[in-house]
Amino acid sequence: MRSGIIAKKVGMTRLFMEDGKQIPVTVLQLDNLQVVAQRTADKDGYTAVQLGAGTVKAKRVSQAMRGHFAAAKVEPKRKLAEFRVSEDNLIEVGAEISAEHFLEGQKVDVAGTSIGKGFAGAMKRHNFGGLRASHGVSISHRSHGSTGQCQDPGKVFKGKKMAGHMGAVRVTTQNLEVVKTDADRGLVFIKGAVPGSKGGWVTVKDAMKKKAPEGLPFPAGLKAAAATEAPAEEAPAEGGEA
Amino acid sequence: MDLIAQLEAEQVAALGKEIPDFKAGDTIRVGYKVTEGSRSRVQNYEGVCISRKNGSGIAGSFTVRKISFGEGVERVFPLHSTNIDSITVVRRGRVRRAKLYYLRSRRGKSARIAEDSHYKPKSSGAEA
Repeated sequence: MRSGIIAKKVGMTRLFMEDGKQIPVTVLQLDNLQVVAQRTADKDGYTAVQLGAGTVKAKRVSQAMRGHFAAAKVEPKRKLAEFRVSEDNLIEVGAEISAEHFLEGQKVDVAGTSIGKGFAGAMKRHNFGGLRASHGVSISHRSHGSTGQCQDPGKVFKGKKMAGHMGAVRVTTQNLEVVKTDADRGLVFIKGAVPGSKGGWVTVKDAMKKKAPEGLPFPAGLKAAAATEAPAEEAPAEGGEA
Repeated sequence: MDLIAQLEAEQVAALGKEIPDFKAGDTIRVGYKVTEGSRSRVQNYEGVCISRKNGSGIAGSFTVRKISFGEGVERVFPLHSTNIDSITVVRRGRVRRAKLYYLRSRRGKSARIAEDSHYKPKSSGAEA
């Protein structure tokens, strides 16, 4: 199992292909994506990598987190996320992951926090049909209608779909296609829509329900994939310049 | 310029389409690539441009209307489609609307568009 990535949703656009097809794509950006910590079987009982992305002013970071980042010798990160990996796919702390982590044409699962819709009615929230426009319906055209039976059972069952708060929950969209990657700018182009608003953080993982394609970089597509020790020292310096 | 605008500008430049200066009311001829089996040829579609949408960026499109065998036909083309071989302006029309949807309810004489004999090409930015 390979690590995923944390990315920022930049927005949507379209790509024209040579065969005349247009593909709607969501642009995701990898912003200083580095490994901040490792979880190992002896210490934590499971194996995972903790990645950090984005930048944040050091003075806005709590003392405890500052210590955590200092231990990894990385700049303070805006967003942290853990990815379960198999033991042989652990990545060095401080290594920077590039957009070449994914291959073109590969399927991925993207998770993010969906756009909040506030208090929404049953029609919008659960795709109910609403009531009729005429035939005696008055001022309740968009209501949910009946919520159950009569004296037996004499209650509304739990979990009944009704109006309520909608959106702003974690949503995973599975099997989205990676159309293109741009390693220089750290961009991943994903076919179709991705949960969340522009500027929101999403996590991208290899598709759970699809076979991984040949030639995926293991343990991860790293920037400056030269020596394994070099990125740990290089990476914080790079972050300082940016 | 935000990243999306930059990416779109790059793509427009990479596609390298030569798009003439035209607007609604102009009669244009679109050479559209048609693939039949393995063969591909260019099919011309000539008519009046009745609307241009979403600017000249990557999302831009235009609608061309013509009367084919007595039946009105409209086609929408993406401005930067790779299937478009060429766009040529046949005639400049003088109109006072940006969208000529009123032509749909007209036939014959009332659906004519006067020629713009005072057309001046824009000094620059025709491709922008």
